[in-house]
Amino acid sequence: MAPPAQSHRSPSPSQPSGKGEVSDLKMQLRQLAGSRAPGTDDSKRELFKKVISYMTIGIDVSSVFSEMVMCSATSDIVLKKMCYLYVGNYARYNPDLSLLTINFLQRDCKDEDPMIRGLALRSLCTLRVANLVEYLVGPLGSGLKDGNSYVRMVAAVGVLKLYHISSSTCMDADFPVTLKHLMLNDPDAQVVANCLCALQEIWSLEATTSEEASREREVLLSKPVIYYLLNRIKEFSEWAQCIVLELVSKYVPTDSNEIFDIMNLLEDRLQHANGAVVLATVKVFLQLTLSLTDTHQQVYERIKAPLLTQVSSGSPEQSYAVLSHLHLLVMRAPILFSTDYKHFYCQYNEPFYVKKLKLEMLTAVANESNTYEIVTELCEYAANVDIPMARESIRAVGKIALQQYDVNAIVDRLLQFLEMEKDYVTAETLVLVKDLLRKYPQWSHDCIAVVGNISSKNVQEPKAKAALIWMLGEYAQDMQDAPYVLESLAENWDDEHSAEVRLHLLTAVLKCFVRRPPETQKALGAALAAGLSDFHQDVHDRALFYYRLLQYKVSVAEGVVNPPKQAVSVFADTQSSEIKDRIFDEFNSLAVVYQKPSYMFTDKEHRGPFAFSEELGNLSIGAESAENIVSAQRVDANDQDLLLSTSEKEESRGPSNNGSAYSAPSYDSSAPLVASHAQSELVSLDQTLPQAPQAIDDLLGLSFAVTPTPAASPPPLRLNAKAVLDPNTFQQKWRQLPVSISQEGSVTPQGVAALTTPQALLRHMQGHFIHCIASGGQAPNFKFFFFAQKAEESSTFLVECIINSSSCKAQIKIKADDQGTSHAFVALFQSALSSFGMS
Amino acid sequence: MISQFFVLSQRGDNIVFRDYRGDVQKGSAEIFFRKVKFWREDGEEEAPPVFNVDGVNYFHVKVVGLLFVATTRANVSPSLVLELLQRIARVIKDYLGVLNEDSFRKNFVLVYELLDEVIDFGYVQTTSTEVLKSSVFNEPIMVDAARLPPLGPASIFMQGTKRMPGTAVTKSVVANEPGGRKREEIFVDIIEKISLTFSSSGYILTSEIDGTIQMKSFLTGNPEIRLALNEELSIGRSGRSIYGSRDYSGSSGSGPVILDDCNFHESVHLDSFDVDRTLTLVGDIGKRRLMLMKGPVLMGFCKLDASSAILNQVPPDGEFPVMNYRMTQEFKPPFRINTLIEEAGALKAEVILKIRAEFSPSVTANTIVVQMPLPAYTTRVSFELEPGAVGQMTDFKESNKRLEWGLKKAIFLHKYFQIVGGSDHTLRAKLTFSQESHGNITKEAGPVSMTFTIPMYNTSRLQVKYLQIAKKSKTYNPYRWVRYVTQANSYVARI
Repeated sequence: MAPPAQSHRSPSPSQPSGKGEVSDLKMQLRQLAGSRAPGTDDSKRELFKKVISYMTIGIDVSSVFSEMVMCSATSDIVLKKMCYLYVGNYARYNPDLSLLTINFLQRDCKDEDPMIRGLALRSLCTLRVANLVEYLVGPLGSGLKDGNSYVRMVAAVGVLKLYHISSSTCMDADFPVTLKHLMLNDPDAQVVANCLCALQEIWSLEATTSEEASREREVLLSKPVIYYLLNRIKEFSEWAQCIVLELVSKYVPTDSNEIFDIMNLLEDRLQHANGAVVLATVKVFLQLTLSLTDTHQQVYERIKAPLLTQVSSGSPEQSYAVLSHLHLLVMRAPILFSTDYKHFYCQYNEPFYVKKLKLEMLTAVANESNTYEIVTELCEYAANVDIPMARESIRAVGKIALQQYDVNAIVDRLLQFLEMEKDYVTAETLVLVKDLLRKYPQWSHDCIAVVGNISSKNVQEPKAKAALIWMLGEYAQDMQDAPYVLESLAENWDDEHSAEVRLHLLTAVLKCFVRRPPETQKALGAALAAGLSDFHQDVHDRALFYYRLLQYKVSVAEGVVNPPKQAVSVFADTQSSEIKDRIFDEFNSLAVVYQKPSYMFTDKEHRGPFAFSEELGNLSIGAESAENIVSAQRVDANDQDLLLSTSEKEESRGPSNNGSAYSAPSYDSSAPLVASHAQSELVSLDQTLPQAPQAIDDLLGLSFAVTPTPAASPPPLRLNAKAVLDPNTFQQKWRQLPVSISQEGSVTPQGVAALTTPQALLRHMQGHFIHCIASGGQAPNFKFFFFAQKAEESSTFLVECIINSSSCKAQIKIKADDQGTSHAFVALFQSALSSFGMS
Repeated sequence: MISQFFVLSQRGDNIVFRDYRGDVQKGSAEIFFRKVKFWREDGEEEAPPVFNVDGVNYFHVKVVGLLFVATTRANVSPSLVLELLQRIARVIKDYLGVLNEDSFRKNFVLVYELLDEVIDFGYVQTTSTEVLKSSVFNEPIMVDAARLPPLGPASIFMQGTKRMPGTAVTKSVVANEPGGRKREEIFVDIIEKISLTFSSSGYILTSEIDGTIQMKSFLTGNPEIRLALNEELSIGRSGRSIYGSRDYSGSSGSGPVILDDCNFHESVHLDSFDVDRTLTLVGDIGKRRLMLMKGPVLMGFCKLDASSAILNQVPPDGEFPVMNYRMTQEFKPPFRINTLIEEAGALKAEVILKIRAEFSPSVTANTIVVQMPLPAYTTRVSFELEPGAVGQMTDFKESNKRLEWGLKKAIFLHKYFQIVGGSDHTLRAKLTFSQESHGNITKEAGPVSMTFTIPMYNTSRLQVKYLQIAKKSKTYNPYRWVRYVTQANSYVARI
């Protein structure tokens, strides 16, 4: 090998001025092009280096294209490589000149040295010039058959490159078929991996237009292919393993033995030093066990330690990526992590984005046994000199307070924050105290005593000020000087820049007025006058509205601003469980880091070769055989019950609560409260599953069948024949209520025969006092939403029912106001459903 | 799928730029740099390693002040890309010997050669230093390492009394030594990072050791390497009482080393690990040949030749972690920190910081810095060191109201404040305030944090009992170095 040529003269970082240097280079290259003198290669190397370095810093050197090509006639591999790099960069902009390079690249594709063959083939495919594709087919064809695996490796990716330049050329040459053959037979694992990548991309893109392609894409997920790849898993490089594992995570096994076989095979992948391999394996484990609730929990226990090790080894960036995934798991199943809370304590030198994730995890895992320690730790952060961190920590304490039953100690801590007399601490705390009072009005006495001491002059942040004003209005009778504080605020109306605060002030003054009229009259007058002349439309309107209300009748006004209120039991969760499930399905992808499903940040064509989960879901229903136990849909529902069921969503807020001081994401985690409840449900779920078939046996089913539930049967459930529910209420309830039962039912073959249109079933179900609110779909998949109400009371049941007419199966999801009777209802529903077509 | 890979200097210049798929615009490096430099989102001041601008996902890791960046439009695995970026940095370091802007600029052609082979059309092909050797034809141009300020964890061995052969960290895997022949040697470093929090009363609230056994091999022919660890080593403990560390004093003696969890490099074979705690690192060539014969029926045209085998996993060359481990077993903290704050009138207070080194006098810690945030209304601080204190430095950082003690002496760049085991050090700082404190200064200041490096000291007591290299001949006896070091990751004492 030649010694490094004149190393001291390598290109300096100083920016060349551009044109002059480039034309200079052009001259020198031209002189060397024909030269055969000894040492020419060394001079060429220096010049080539300069060209590449200009290219890197963004100077356009496309003008030396022809000279570079002329100089490329050399046997020096270093020169060749630099030339390939250059040509690959500029060919697109010089399609005509690129033709010049074809010649020497084609010649190199037949070189004796496999390295040269591979390099030339790679460069040839990188030209990205559409009118040169005809020259690619030949070399690619022979590259795929090359005796050297390096060349085949390059050729496999080359096919993909060709596909992106001209898909028709690629398909016409039948390259995908060759790739498939190589994938299943090549002895070199990297060739196999490249074929797999190429095929995934090609079939996914083709699938939109071609039936055959979508079938081929399914073949990649078929048992023989998956097993073949799994058996070779250890031959693959760690990066190729990730690709294979991602594919395996989409595989639907036929029985639980298969699941355990795959998991046993992959068990040692969890001990891999590469975090990407570990996460890919975790995804396989999680996806495979969705239908096996016990095993699914064991998987959580099993993956905890490897994930924690990944978080603490490696660079901060890598640990962030893993921590984001751990965060997702903690949010799904906080109780499973409740003893690991110390791992989520923040370290002082961690970046804020890591600390924020950890705070959310700490909030989520807090329960009766660890709250004291977690809150103590959070209070340390709250005193932190790092202000954003202190704010987040206070919010975390507040969130924990809102999700606990015993908040005694926490309230004291919060009130201590107010004594710290730091502006931002006070501001954050006020907002929290307000929310706390909305949930636990019984604490008002203690809180008000402390809040009363805060001078409104020391509170500047709008949200905090709004919170303080709300409390002044709400607890006007307990706070001695409330009318006077409000009065001074109303008098300084123009100093208040936030419309939100002014709105709150109007309401608070009116609330105060109805309780302590004589003292507040002056404040009310000032506020209404100022409000009426306010330039902000909402403020003006509210002032006018109050004014007219008061004119009409004071008691009506009181009813409006100060109605009897119920305490808020759970604050709204900002992310719907559907979205959370989508993110979980996209485990080990950017969706987890961004906390959004991929459709929110990626164009359709870039969602990756694996992002066909939607269609997959449908397909697996269609293809399912009767004894197939693992259905994607049921699995979803099951999983939801197991870990998520973010029940009890938004409750209507008091009329004056529109200033809820939290921006949306802060209530992300009402999950832990729900978790224990989810677990108890898990038990009941196990019990109900076996019941289902018995219910189906009931062929009488026409009357209010007392369903054959085991032993201690609950009182028979009677439904209201004339139940009514408008679609909006249905939707709202559907969003708010947790899934109380999710199970599989069946429809008789006669029923399926009768199910020519959805309407047939609707009429039948109506006969059982189960009403339909929406239906759709076409054979073989129909989807229905039903509702029913109890005869005696206004308790409602909501049902989502997906019927597959080819397998005679029905997926049933029940949500109910009264969870206690949902089992009775599901039995009723099932019997009604199974009698369909029999009468 | 990765669309582009580039490396930016601290000033945002492109050092290398490689476009693999052509579906992200050319100006991405500029968009990225501007976004990172002026990051302000949700009160955060530091850009996360992954973010999305107009549908393009940007991944970055910082290595020795350089930004390694990848872009893509696809929804890829973030941990794969970040891991890859880190790995690319390591591979480049293996080849260049030293990783910095200068060596990059001198060797950018070689770097392009590497990048060509590491990724093809966005798909990772290999990151194995050994495999890449066959496709790299440029010779690295070495930069003078001696003139460079030490960077990275490996540089720690260059300081202190126990001087290590410093060449190891700056040697390229491909460059020949001036003497012509390569020196056969292998380095095994046991690097432990401690995270520990003391409560205000001196209890240990949390403690964790994150360790890595790192290997850097310059052996030719990839011989089998056997690495034996403590025999009394157990892995995995019940999830529950992992933090029972109320009493740490009794933990410094002997007894089993209990790791919570660990993971291994791909080339590590654990066949005898359960029996005698030995890790075996084997080349895969032999194994692969065997598999080829067992494999599926070969197609007629797939004739194998010798070079096909080396294009896959082969025993690692260059630097790589053999094993990562995590331990929450109680251990004796190397330093105790005592902080005392005394108010002295309305506008004055005194902080007394006391540090005690709890390790043996034969060990010396260096690069020690103690930091403590002071109340925001602190205007002036005067320091009082112990009589006879040498090489110590004190500072009050006005901008962020932070007290600093230790650090390197200002004049001699490479002399550090050292602490010998068993010794005590005290600092008195007199604070002057601009306003009266609200009663409790401890709520306005602290916590005290500390960074340090202790060469030839390991906290977990995990040890390499022996390092065996399969002999090629009777005279074959490569140099073997086993080195220990303990560093502070997050070492905090609350006040």
